[in-house]
Amino acid sequence: MILLDKLIVSPSPHQKKPITTTKVMLMVIISLIPAIVASTVFFGAKALLLVANCVAWCLIFEIASRKIMKRSNTITDLSAVVTGILLALNFPVTLPLWMSIIGCFVAIVIVKQLFGGLGQNFANPAIVGRIVLMLSFTSEMTTWVKPFWYKTADLTTSATPLAMEWTTVYESTSGFLPATEPPVAYMDLFLGNVGGCIGETSALALLIGGLFLLSTRIITPAIPVTFIGTVALLTAVTGGDPLYAVLSGGLILGAFFMATDYVTSPITTKGKIIFGIGCGLITFLIRTYGSYPEGVSFSILLMNILTPYIDKLTRTKPLGAIKPVREKKEAKSNG
Amino acid sequence: MKILNGVHLNHHKNTENESTVIFPLPASVTIPMAQGMGAPCEPLVAVGDNVFVGQKIGESEQYMSIPVHSSVSGTVTEIKEYVMPNGRSCKSIVIESDGKQTPHPDICPPKYKTREEFIKIVRESGACGLGGAGFPTFVKFSFKPEITPIDTLVVNAAECEPYITSDYRELMERPKDVYEGILLIMKELDIPNAKLCIENNKPKAIKLLTDMAAKNKKIDVVTLPSKYPQGAEKMLVYSATGRTIKEGELPSHQGTLVMNVSTVAFLYRYTQTGMPLISRRLTVDGNAVGMPCNIEVLLGTTINDLLDYANVKDYTKLLMGGPMMGMCMFDTNAPIIKTHNALLALNTEPKKAPTACIRCGACVRACPMNLMPESLEKAFDAKNVDDLVALKLGLCMNCGCCTYVCPANRALAEKNQLAKALLPRK
Repeated sequence: MILLDKLIVSPSPHQKKPITTTKVMLMVIISLIPAIVASTVFFGAKALLLVANCVAWCLIFEIASRKIMKRSNTITDLSAVVTGILLALNFPVTLPLWMSIIGCFVAIVIVKQLFGGLGQNFANPAIVGRIVLMLSFTSEMTTWVKPFWYKTADLTTSATPLAMEWTTVYESTSGFLPATEPPVAYMDLFLGNVGGCIGETSALALLIGGLFLLSTRIITPAIPVTFIGTVALLTAVTGGDPLYAVLSGGLILGAFFMATDYVTSPITTKGKIIFGIGCGLITFLIRTYGSYPEGVSFSILLMNILTPYIDKLTRTKPLGAIKPVREKKEAKSNG
Repeated sequence: MKILNGVHLNHHKNTENESTVIFPLPASVTIPMAQGMGAPCEPLVAVGDNVFVGQKIGESEQYMSIPVHSSVSGTVTEIKEYVMPNGRSCKSIVIESDGKQTPHPDICPPKYKTREEFIKIVRESGACGLGGAGFPTFVKFSFKPEITPIDTLVVNAAECEPYITSDYRELMERPKDVYEGILLIMKELDIPNAKLCIENNKPKAIKLLTDMAAKNKKIDVVTLPSKYPQGAEKMLVYSATGRTIKEGELPSHQGTLVMNVSTVAFLYRYTQTGMPLISRRLTVDGNAVGMPCNIEVLLGTTINDLLDYANVKDYTKLLMGGPMMGMCMFDTNAPIIKTHNALLALNTEPKKAPTACIRCGACVRACPMNLMPESLEKAFDAKNVDDLVALKLGLCMNCGCCTYVCPANRALAEKNQLAKALLPRK
């Protein structure tokens, strides 16, 4: 008997890997927990509040903008939560909350939803949110307190290790004396016991999260390895300290969690390698020759913009494909 | 050699140790005139005629077609239109069994001397690819050695789709037929080497056949990695020989002849008995099946009979073939035909609605043909034929890996199938 009403008739395939966008985002959130914990340990409950604040406002802006644009509610995909956490991790702990809300607005409403929502944004929302605040509120965004400031109530600000290196390198090059001692001990840099944005200081916490993403195959090594590798290599070649360059600033956070954003990075491995090298090169150039101590955000943004072109130039070669016969012009003249 | 893309699936080979059960003789069979690829046959019998087992009841004048035989002895009661799962229709012959299974008197081991005669008897056997595609075997054999010399017979026993174990049971239960079948084809078609390719999740079969072929240096048992779609023609030839079948080429252009293992074994039995293709083994499995099994059924037995036999309850989806490439059935009265290697009864939810593409690239990394399904989808949505051609849509074999891995539930493989209709005809 014909059972069209009872049977599902659909084209193949009939089974599906149990993976969803929500699960992918959840994995990214889990991978950021060590960094959130480290930031709370080093910068106190205020850091946690900053994260919660950004997540909440990103969700609010996501719901509101979808509603106003009469589109389906998409908060269940958790991408707004990821943006909120990443944004907060890029702020100094002393940043006023109202400023961070502006960052959330820029990230979610302007960069993401106005371009069509998840999958359509040309740049990483968190990166642009940070850059807009950086340019608008430069002094608040670059005011760093020392770790454990909440214990000693010592609100004296400190430079980020990268900014310190900046000065040292500048002086030494003018005096033809290369700096021999790093301004901050490697171990402090590695653990995160230094001034800086709340989420970028602890290389250890970020690496735990990054390795989690790699081992669960949420991300592939192409971008982090080429990004970090390029910065390290260029620093070493120009006589700098590659380890210091890698551990300081936002490089590890950027390379593992921001540059690997699916939507704004190339799809093929070849494209990812070009993207990673580009990010590394621009980061190095800004750090060395630019007027900002840190170049990770700008490098990722610039490479985000190049991504469609990289994608076009790095299409995969299909198995057994023969080069197309050049008859395009002919076909056009016929048409 | 490159590592081919693909996906790792749960094998679900629940029936691998289930010996083949001969299915009881049905009261009547419905035999469609189109079985496998090629032109449908015209009935050679009329209502009321008596027929014997193995009697030819359908034939076509077209080259690309294979004859159809009766699987029972009895009386033709009806000749009717049958709507196939793909939506096309053909004639089908309903035969009521007399319960005696009397073979046709003319059936005897076929005689042949030359290559042409061999190909002719292969056509008369009604053989087609038993793996699922149903390509007429005699057409495959009719290659011209002076144009496309063939040096390797590649026997496909990969069986990479989940659940299905019918080819595996052929290897385990009738290894001699497989071995002799390989020798037969090598001899008659003058092919110097053979490679029997088995996925590494079937170690018993690999050992059995390796031991059997140990004394013959020309036959090589190749262990393949278990990665879907390892059994696809292009993947198989690449894994077995390192040769890439290029765009627009057939395996013969790369000196290979690819055959399903059950077809090979059938041909050997046919040369021994002369009984044409009237039955086949299929796996009945799926989460709605109470008694998963391998059964040898007469062609024309209806799905209903099999569902009762295997204690199938509460299914929402019936598939002919595996879960990755199988076709949905909508009619439980549909008969088993030559190309059916499995009947899966599944209790599943309807596919979920797609969400936005997050450009994760999982589809690109999964595609065994190295295509870019996400770009193909965009090109299809924009109806951009130039892009579809440039992205080599024509190479897509609908293996379903892209849809399988997509976290956004996008119907990538399904859209590729629709997009193929937009490609310019050559």
